[in-house]
Amino acid sequence: MPPTERLLSDETLDAIRAHFPRYPNRRAVVLPALHVVNEYLGCVPIRAVVEVADLLGLAPAEVQDTLSFYGFFKQDAPSGRVRIWVCRSLSCAALGGEDLLDYLCEKLGVQPGETTADGRVTLEVAECLGACDFAPAILVGTTLHKNMTREKIDALVASLEDSREDDLS
Amino acid sequence: MTFGEIEPGAGLKSALARPPADVLARIDASGLRGRGGAGFPTSLKWELAQKSKGDKKYVICNADEGEPGTFKDRVILGDFADMVFEGMTIAAVAIGARHGIVYLRAEYTYLRGHLEAVLQRRRENNLLGENICGREGFDFDIEVHMGAGSYVCGEETALIESLEGQRGEPRNRPPFPIDTGYLGNPTTVNNVETFAWAVCILAKGADWFKRLGTEKSTGHKLFSVSGDCRRPGVYDLPLGITVAELLAEVGGEDAKAVQVGGAAGQCIPRRDFQRGIAYEDIPTGGSIIVFGPGRDMLRVAKNFLEFFIDESCGQCTPCREGAPRLLEGIEMLHRGDCSMTYLDELCSLGETMQLASKCGLGQTAPSTFLSVVQNFRDEILGRTGGN
Ligand SMILES: Cc1cc2nc3c(=O)[nH]c(=O)nc-3n(C[C@H](O)[C@H](O)[C@H](O)COP(=O)(O)O)c2cc1C
Ligand code: SF4
Ligand code: FES
Repeated sequence: MPPTERLLSDETLDAIRAHFPRYPNRRAVVLPALHVVNEYLGCVPIRAVVEVADLLGLAPAEVQDTLSFYGFFKQDAPSGRVRIWVCRSLSCAALGGEDLLDYLCEKLGVQPGETTADGRVTLEVAECLGACDFAPAILVGTTLHKNMTREKIDALVASLEDSREDDLS
Repeated sequence: MTFGEIEPGAGLKSALARPPADVLARIDASGLRGRGGAGFPTSLKWELAQKSKGDKKYVICNADEGEPGTFKDRVILGDFADMVFEGMTIAAVAIGARHGIVYLRAEYTYLRGHLEAVLQRRRENNLLGENICGREGFDFDIEVHMGAGSYVCGEETALIESLEGQRGEPRNRPPFPIDTGYLGNPTTVNNVETFAWAVCILAKGADWFKRLGTEKSTGHKLFSVSGDCRRPGVYDLPLGITVAELLAEVGGEDAKAVQVGGAAGQCIPRRDFQRGIAYEDIPTGGSIIVFGPGRDMLRVAKNFLEFFIDESCGQCTPCREGAPRLLEGIEMLHRGDCSMTYLDELCSLGETMQLASKCGLGQTAPSTFLSVVQNFRDEILGRTGGN
């Protein structure tokens, strides 16, 4: 059988190795490594788990065991190029968060956890984002959007449609 | 905010000018208790970590802030990061640590660049690194480590598991982190705000800190206020303040109830608004959610239970199996087909969860359910159809 091609690029592996000096052992690098892979691939498929385990000198099952605990990492399909997290916790829900989630579902044509057909956006539901003073709040990628309204959602979605792929973070 | 009035570096200078035992004595005299919610005396935790044998000790800053309704750590990290790092450095002096770690929740990734920049500047100014402030042999540095979206990782033993690259499942305690913490080393885990107050105490003295607050809950505390009020935000107020006073401050006078302490906390009905927010009365990590006259308290309890079901690690039965039963009960109450006997059964299930769950998540998961049933019985029974 021909050797299968590696999934993780040299760049990805180097970005993981850059964490080595910061941690006392390789096991402790698992979470930072998963974050790196997730950033490059938008998910952490099982092949990446095997390659990360190989790099860290761990059994694939050890890495998989850790990964499966954290809902943050998707495994089956990559997230859209941007992930939108809508807060469902109380302060946001009380001030219109539930309506915003419904509105986003309708506008994007997806349910929470799903990615739009064009692969641009994955809609997620989050627990308290630590921004209840700006309720209702959402995270777009890693950017906090405060005091959201339907109008602001319209503008946000329009900007995601306009922006070129490499502008999305 | 008090933190803005403290001269940068004054706390660390004061800590380096005295023997570690004096640093601990000063924190002890201040009465400072952990600002993460549980209110454990900070000096005692540091003293135990200091006495614990081990040449590698760790200072961990718990910046996993995930309790619904809490955001004061976000504000502290954004506006006063230097104070948090200075406080960690003071803790390092006190316990004899060389390594510090900030466990930052993934949702706060937008703060990371700022934190790294502040750390870098501190290294350049010899406030971190080797021979800090010219003191021979005092080496200490801080790394930022990202969480991955799990509330239970804020529990200190789960946080340590997570840092070690494991699933974020709470450990049995004892052993405690102060002797068997990160990778088996003595470790102190403290809340972001606790570190910042330690700086103030070293800079200004224990008496200055104690001048406010109550005897058992000294000093100020930051409160994260949200919900049905006119001025949501972070407030720096003395412990012991009554719920009514706090509501007047934030513009929520007409509230029918206030959730103190987040999903893990208590729901305080209007008739108890004269009670004080302090460790000996209504304890809190700082989350205050105001419920206006129109709020449906069953929906409040439902939202919190869904949160706990989402976030339970599933390790132990009372929490894993109990929370869904309570949620089911709430749905029955909504429909009006929960009998009084079943409601009583659910309440005793809740009490079992409080006693038998392995960590604070399961122990606190039923508390809002129980306080709503107890304090808003009429509102809830209104829907039982008289069964
Ligand atoms: C489920 C759960 C979540 C917690 N989350 C946090 C948190 O996000 N931040 C925090 O400082 N403490 C949190 N704690 C409390 C910590 O276990 C620990 O008591 C605290 O970090 C100690 O710091 P302190 O003594 O300075 O308060 C949590 C506890 C539990 C049970
Ligand atoms: S109480 Fe809940 S969160 Fe805590 S260990 Fe048990 S199952 Fe896990
Ligand atoms: S409840 Fe939505 S950010 Fe806290």
